[in-house]
Amino acid sequence: MRRKITVKTIILLLLLVSFVTYGQEEHGHADSGSDRKSEVKAYIQHHLKDSYDFNLFSWTADSGEEKHFGFPLPVILWDGGLKVFSSSKFHHGETVAEVGGNYYKNYHGKIYKTNAEGTITYDDEHHATNEKPLDFSITKNVTMIMMVFAIMFFMFSRMAKSYKKNGGLPKGMGRFLEPIVLYVRDEIARPNIGEKHYKRYMSYLLTVFFFVWIVNLFGLTPIGMNVTNNIAVTLCLALITYIITTVSGNKNYWKHIFWMPGVPVPMKIILAPIELLGTIIKPFALMIRLYANITAGHVVLMSIIGMVFLFQNWLGSGLSFLLAFVLAILELLVAALQAYIFTVLSALYFGMAVEEHDHH
Amino acid sequence: MEKLFEDFSLGLFFWQAVLFIALILLLKKFAWKPILDSVNSREEGIRDALDSAEKAKLEMQNLQADNEKLLKEARLEREAMLKEAREMKAKMIEDAKTDAKEEANKLVAAAQASIETEKKAAIAELKSQVASLSIEIAEKVVREELSNKDKQMKLVESMLGEATLN
Repeated sequence: MRRKITVKTIILLLLLVSFVTYGQEEHGHADSGSDRKSEVKAYIQHHLKDSYDFNLFSWTADSGEEKHFGFPLPVILWDGGLKVFSSSKFHHGETVAEVGGNYYKNYHGKIYKTNAEGTITYDDEHHATNEKPLDFSITKNVTMIMMVFAIMFFMFSRMAKSYKKNGGLPKGMGRFLEPIVLYVRDEIARPNIGEKHYKRYMSYLLTVFFFVWIVNLFGLTPIGMNVTNNIAVTLCLALITYIITTVSGNKNYWKHIFWMPGVPVPMKIILAPIELLGTIIKPFALMIRLYANITAGHVVLMSIIGMVFLFQNWLGSGLSFLLAFVLAILELLVAALQAYIFTVLSALYFGMAVEEHDHH
Repeated sequence: MEKLFEDFSLGLFFWQAVLFIALILLLKKFAWKPILDSVNSREEGIRDALDSAEKAKLEMQNLQADNEKLLKEARLEREAMLKEAREMKAKMIEDAKTDAKEEANKLVAAAQASIETEKKAAIAELKSQVASLSIEIAEKVVREELSNKDKQMKLVESMLGEATLN
C-alpha cells in the first residue's frame, strides 16, 4: 500500500515538474474600464477556442510581463511531407516557427504558412488568405480526448477486472459505475431499441454516454478543456450515430423512407425526399444540440464570472459570484443531461432503424 | 453558419474519430463485454435462484398435500381394517357358537341314540333272558308236569294262552 502511494506521488511530481513556465512576453498593460470589458470578451473567445499549447493559467507579472504556466504540445502538419515540431516554437502566436525551410505562424488559433517575417495577407473581409497546411496537431482538445480515453479505459477495464476477481460482483469504483451502466442498458437501450436488438448497440451507447459526460465535466474544471464545444467533435459523434443507423436500417426502415406505406401515391412521392432529408437532419440536430448547449453554457458562465471583475463593487460582484455559482451547478446538470440526450436520441434512431412493423 | 465552418478543424475531427472508435473497440473488448456478461449471468443466477425457490416451495406444498393424502388414506385403511377385524371377530364368535351348538346337539343326539340303542339292547336282552327264563321255567314245569299228562296239557294250554297275551 505504502509503495503504491509512493509511486503515485512520484508520478504526480513528474507531471508537475513538466509544467514549465515556458512563455514570457512583454505586453502593454492597460487598466481602463472598457479595456477590461474587451479583455473579458477576448478571454472568453480565447477560452472557447482550441489551442496548440496546454495553458493552465496566465498572469501578468509586476514587470508587465505576461507569463503562461503550462506545457507545449506537438504540432503535426502535412505540407508536402510530415512536419512535427513543438508548439513552443510559436511562442503563443508571437513568433514564426521555421521547420525544414518552411515558415508557419499561429494566427488566431490557426496555423498559416507564411514567409520568414510572418506576413499575413488579408482579403476584403479581413480573412487571412495565406495557405493553410493540413493540420493534425495534438492540440489541447486532442490531449483532453486522449486523457478521457485513458481515464475511461482505466476505469472500465478495472471495473471489468473487479467482476472477475470478485465472483461477478462489482467492487470499488464498479459499485458507483454499475448502476449507471445498468441505467443506460435498462432505461435507454432496452426501451428504445427493443429487447431483440439492443445488445448490438450497447458498446457504442455506453461509450458515447460516458465519453460525453466525462468530457463535459472536464469542461467545467477551471483549466477549461471543453472538448464538446468543438463542432468537429460533435460532428464526429453524430456521424457515427448516422452511420450506425444507416448501416443497421432494415427493409422496413428504408420502405418508410422511400415509399411510406399507408398513404396515397402522391403523398408517397412528396414524403420520400422529406424523409430522406430527415435522416440527415436527425444527426445534424444531435451535433448542433450538443455543441450549442455546451458552448452557450460556457459563454454564459464565463460572462458572469467576468462580471465579477467588471462590477468592481461588493454588491455587484457578490451577486455575480452567486449567480455564477448557481450556473456552475446548473452546468453540472447540463453536462450529464446532454450526455443522456445524445445517448437516448442515438438509441431512438437505432430503434427506428431496426424496428419491425407488424401492424401494417 | 459561417462561423461553424470556420471553427471546424479537420485535425480535431480526425483525432476524435480515431480515438473515439479505438475507445469503442477497446472498451467493448476489455470492459463492456465482460461487465455486461457478468451482470447478465448474475441476473440470470438470481432469476434461477428465485425460480428454483418457487419450484421448491411448490414441491414442498405438493409433498405436504401428498403426505396429508397418504395419512388420510392410512387412517381410512386402518379404520377399514379395524372394522373388518371387528366383523371377523363377531363372525368367528358367531361361527364358534353355532359350531358348538351343533356339536352339542350332535352329542346330545348321539347320546340319545346310544341310550335308545342301549335301551333296545337292554330290552332285547331282557326279552331273551325272560325267554330263557321262561324256557327254564317251562322246562321245570315241563319236567314236573310231564309226570301228569293231563295236567300238563292243561298247563301248556293255559300257558300258551298266557304267552300270547303277553
